[in-house]
Amino acid sequence: MSATEGLNLTLKVWRQKNDKEQGKMETYQVSDISPDSSFLEMMDILNEQLIAEDNEPVAFDHDCREGICGSCSMYINGEAHGPGREITTCQLHMREFKDGETIFIEPWRAKAFPVIKDLVVDRSAFDRVMNAGGFISVNTSGNTQDANAIPIDKHDADKAFDAATCIGCGACVASCKNASAMLFVSAKVSQLSLLPQGKVEAKERVQNMVKQMDEEGFGNCSNTGACEVECPKGISLENIARMNREYLKSGIS
Amino acid sequence: MSTLDSKIPEGPIAEKWTNHKNNIRLVNPANKRSIDVIVVGTGLAGGSAAATLAELGYNVKAFCYQDSPRRAHSIAAQGGINAAKNYQGDGDSTYRLFYDTVKGGDYRSREANVYRLAEVSTNIIDQCVAQGVPFARDYGGLLDNRSFGGVQVSRTFYAKGQTGQQLLLGAYSAMSRQIGKGKITMYNRHEMMDLVMVDGKARGIIARNLVTGEIERHSAHAVVVGSGGYGNVFFLSTNAMGSNVSAGWKIHKKGAYFANPCFTQIHPTCIPQHGDQQSKLTLMSESLRNDGRIWVPAKKEDAEAIRAGKLKPTDLKEEDRDYYLERRYPSFGNLVPRDVASRAAKERCDEGFGVGTNETGEAVYLDFSSAIMRYGQEEANVKGLHNASDKEIKELGTKVVEAKYGNLFQMYEKITADNPYETPMKIYPAVHYTMGGVWVDYNLMTTIPGCYAIGEANFSDHGANRLGASALMQGLADGYFVLPYTIGDYLADDIRTGEISTDSKEFEEAEKSVKEQVDFFVNNKGKHSVDYFHKLLGKIMWNKVGMARNEKGLKEAIAEIKELREQFWKEVSVPGSADGINQELEKAGRVADFLELGELFARDALERNESCGGHFREEYKTEEGEALRDDKNFTYVAAWEYTGEPSKAKLHKEELKYENIELKTRSYK
Repeated sequence: MSATEGLNLTLKVWRQKNDKEQGKMETYQVSDISPDSSFLEMMDILNEQLIAEDNEPVAFDHDCREGICGSCSMYINGEAHGPGREITTCQLHMREFKDGETIFIEPWRAKAFPVIKDLVVDRSAFDRVMNAGGFISVNTSGNTQDANAIPIDKHDADKAFDAATCIGCGACVASCKNASAMLFVSAKVSQLSLLPQGKVEAKERVQNMVKQMDEEGFGNCSNTGACEVECPKGISLENIARMNREYLKSGIS
Repeated sequence: MSTLDSKIPEGPIAEKWTNHKNNIRLVNPANKRSIDVIVVGTGLAGGSAAATLAELGYNVKAFCYQDSPRRAHSIAAQGGINAAKNYQGDGDSTYRLFYDTVKGGDYRSREANVYRLAEVSTNIIDQCVAQGVPFARDYGGLLDNRSFGGVQVSRTFYAKGQTGQQLLLGAYSAMSRQIGKGKITMYNRHEMMDLVMVDGKARGIIARNLVTGEIERHSAHAVVVGSGGYGNVFFLSTNAMGSNVSAGWKIHKKGAYFANPCFTQIHPTCIPQHGDQQSKLTLMSESLRNDGRIWVPAKKEDAEAIRAGKLKPTDLKEEDRDYYLERRYPSFGNLVPRDVASRAAKERCDEGFGVGTNETGEAVYLDFSSAIMRYGQEEANVKGLHNASDKEIKELGTKVVEAKYGNLFQMYEKITADNPYETPMKIYPAVHYTMGGVWVDYNLMTTIPGCYAIGEANFSDHGANRLGASALMQGLADGYFVLPYTIGDYLADDIRTGEISTDSKEFEEAEKSVKEQVDFFVNNKGKHSVDYFHKLLGKIMWNKVGMARNEKGLKEAIAEIKELREQFWKEVSVPGSADGINQELEKAGRVADFLELGELFARDALERNESCGGHFREEYKTEEGEALRDDKNFTYVAAWEYTGEPSKAKLHKEELKYENIELKTRSYK
C-alpha cells in the first residue's frame, strides 16, 4: 500500500475525565491512515500521537479485536459500531471512510451505562441482570445425566444458538431511543427457555431478570427495531416477542 | 540440580485419579464457609473454578481486568472441544484421546495429567449441555461431532465457529448464579499486581482497581491463577490486546517455577500482517485446511511479480504452482500438524517465494478453487446435470463452500477486502497459544504452597505442541473437575486458621512496592510510549525466538532484550495520573513483565538443544529439514526458578517417564 493512498481525517472525540465531570467533544487530526487499518488501529495511531505531544490518550474499551468479546463500544457518526451491518467497532475498517472526512466518535449513551472516562462506559448493569437469573440452576459436579439423554429438536437448538451468540456489547441499548435492554435480556431468556434444561425454572428466570432490568434504569421497548439493525450479531426481534410471551405466561399460573 | 516432586499418585494410569480422589483430604461443608479463595482470571479455567469452588461452599473472590468476566479471551476460541464420548462409534476411548494428546505434544507432557484430562473430558460435555450450552446437533436431536488435525476419530464438539464463546458463557452463567447468591464476590476491572505470601504460603494479592486507581489488599487461604497464556510477548499474536503474563510472572518472582517457556504454538493459518500500523492478528480456523490447498508460485520471478502487483495468483497455471505441503508430506498433505505447516510456510517465504505485500513477502496462498470445482461437480452429479458448464459447476461449488465456511470467508473479506471465493486467501503463521507456563504438580499447585495455576497459565498437558480443540478441554477440566478436588487437600489444614488479616507487614510491603512501581511509571516522563518498547520486543522475539531458532540468534536475543529492558526503565513515558482509568499505565506494567519473560523464554530455547513440537532449533533437524528430538537428553520439563535476573534463572528438571506410551518419532511423510 503506497503512502499516497493514506487517509487524512478530522476526528471529533468525546473526552470526559471521569463519571463526575462534564465531558465535551474535542477535535483531532490524523493523517496517512492506511485504508487497511481497522478503526481501532486508527485510534491507536491517534493515541500514539497524543502521547508524543504529552497529552492523555483517549480511553476506550477493546480487547479481542475480532468481534467476539463485546468490549468495544463506540458510537461512530451516530451509529453504534459505526457504518456497516453485523460488525463490531473493531471489525470496522478505514476503507469505509473517505479522505478528508470528519468522523464523530462518542460513547454509548444510556442512563444505565454511565460514562466513566472518555469512550468507556460502565456496563455492569448487564452483569447484574444476568446474576438475577441468566443461568440454569445446575451444579457443576459433572455428575449430570449423559449429554445425549435428552434429544433436542435441531430447529430449537439452532434458535437457541442464534440467541446465545449475543456478545453483551450494549449496542442495542445505545441504539434505542428509550435505552431499552430488551434485546439483550430477551436473547438470554429465549436461549434458555427454548432448551428443555432451561424450561424448569423459566418462570422465575423471566420474572427475576425483567425485575432487575427495570431496577437498573433501562427504558421500555416501543418496538422500533433499531436494536436489531445495529446488533453486531444480528439478534432477532423475535426474541423480544418470545420474552414477552414468557413474561405473560409466568404471571398467569 | 534438584528433582521436582510432581506428586503423581501410585497405581495403574487408569486408576490414578480415582484413587487419588479417594485418598485426599476433604473439608466439611461448614468449614468451607470460613475459607476464602482468590481466583485471578475468569476465562474457561478461572471462571469454571470460581463457580465450582463457590458452589462447594468456599468464599470466592474473583478478579478480571475486563469490565465483565464474560469477556475473557477464551471467548474467541473458534473450532471446538474434544471429548472421548465415542458417540460416533468410531473407536474413540479415553486411552486414544490420551495417546493422541501425548503424541501431538511430541512426547514432552506428563502422562498422568494427560490421562486425567482425557478421563474427565466426557463430564465436560454433560456439564455444559446441562447448563444450556447450545452445541451443534443433528436432525435426530443428538450432538454432532467434527474431526480435527492430528487424530483419526471425530471427537470434537462444536457450536458453529463460536465454541469458545458458548462454553465461556456457560461458565459465566454458573458464576453469575454464585455471584447472585453472594458466594462469589466479583472484582471487574481489577488487575492483580502482586502475590502476598505469609509464612511461606500464598495468602492474598495486591490488586489495582482500574477505575479508581486504588491499590487494594485482598486476603485468602489460597490463590488460584487462571490468567491465560503469554503469546503477547511477541506483540503481534491472535491473543486479545489485554492478554498478559503478569499474574503468572508475579508468582514466578515470588517462588513459583516457570516451565518450558519456549513451547509456543505458531498457528499456520492467520491473516498476514498488513503493515506497521497493525495491532493484532486474526486466526482463520484450522478447519479450512480440510478443503483449502496451500501453495506459493514455483518460480521466484512469478512471486516477485505478484508482490509487485503485476501478476494475479489466478493468472498462474497449475504447473507454475508449488503445493509444497502436498509435495513434502504426501500422506498428510495440507493436514499436517500446526507446527509442521507453519515451518514449511516460513521456509518458502524465506527462500523468496512468499506472496505478501509487506517488505518480507510473508504470505502463502490458501486456495479453495479446486474444492469449489470438486464440490460443484458432485452437486451437478446429484442434480443430474451431465453437461454443466464450468461456470455452473463453480456456482454450485461456491454454495457448498459457503455453507461450510461462510462465516470465516466473510470475516476474511471484512478484514482484507478480498473475495476468497474468487481469489485465494493469503495466510501466514502467527503466535496463537503457549504450551509453557507456571509449573504445577499433579494437584495443579505451583511450587508456592497454596498457590495454584490452571488452564493455559500452567504448563501441564500439551507438551511441546497442542492439538486443535484441546485448549477448551483443558481449561474446563482444570476448573470444573480437577482443582476443586485437589485444593481441598491443602485447605484441610486451614479450617481453624480464621480470616487472614490484611493488616500485616507482608501486605504492607507488597502494597508499598506496587505503589512505588505505579508512581515510577506516571512520573518517569520518558520519551517513548509503552507500545514503542512492546513492538521492539516483539520484533526480537519473532525474528530470533520465533518459528526457527539457533544458538547465535538466541544469545543475541537475550542480550538485546536485556538492553531493551534497561532502556524501557529509563525512557518509558506514561501520560496521565494513577488515580483513575489509565490504560497506558496498565500496559506499562504488563510490558515490564514481558520484557523479563522474553529473556527467560530465549534462555529456555537456548538450553533445549533439540527440536520438538513448536520448538525448532535449526541445528537439530534431519537431512530433510524435519524436527529432530533428543529423547536421551531432553525428555524432561524445564522448570525455572527465579533468581533475580531472568536469564540467570536456575534450571530444575522434572524427568518425564513414559510407562504407557512408547516414544516414537512423529512422521507425516
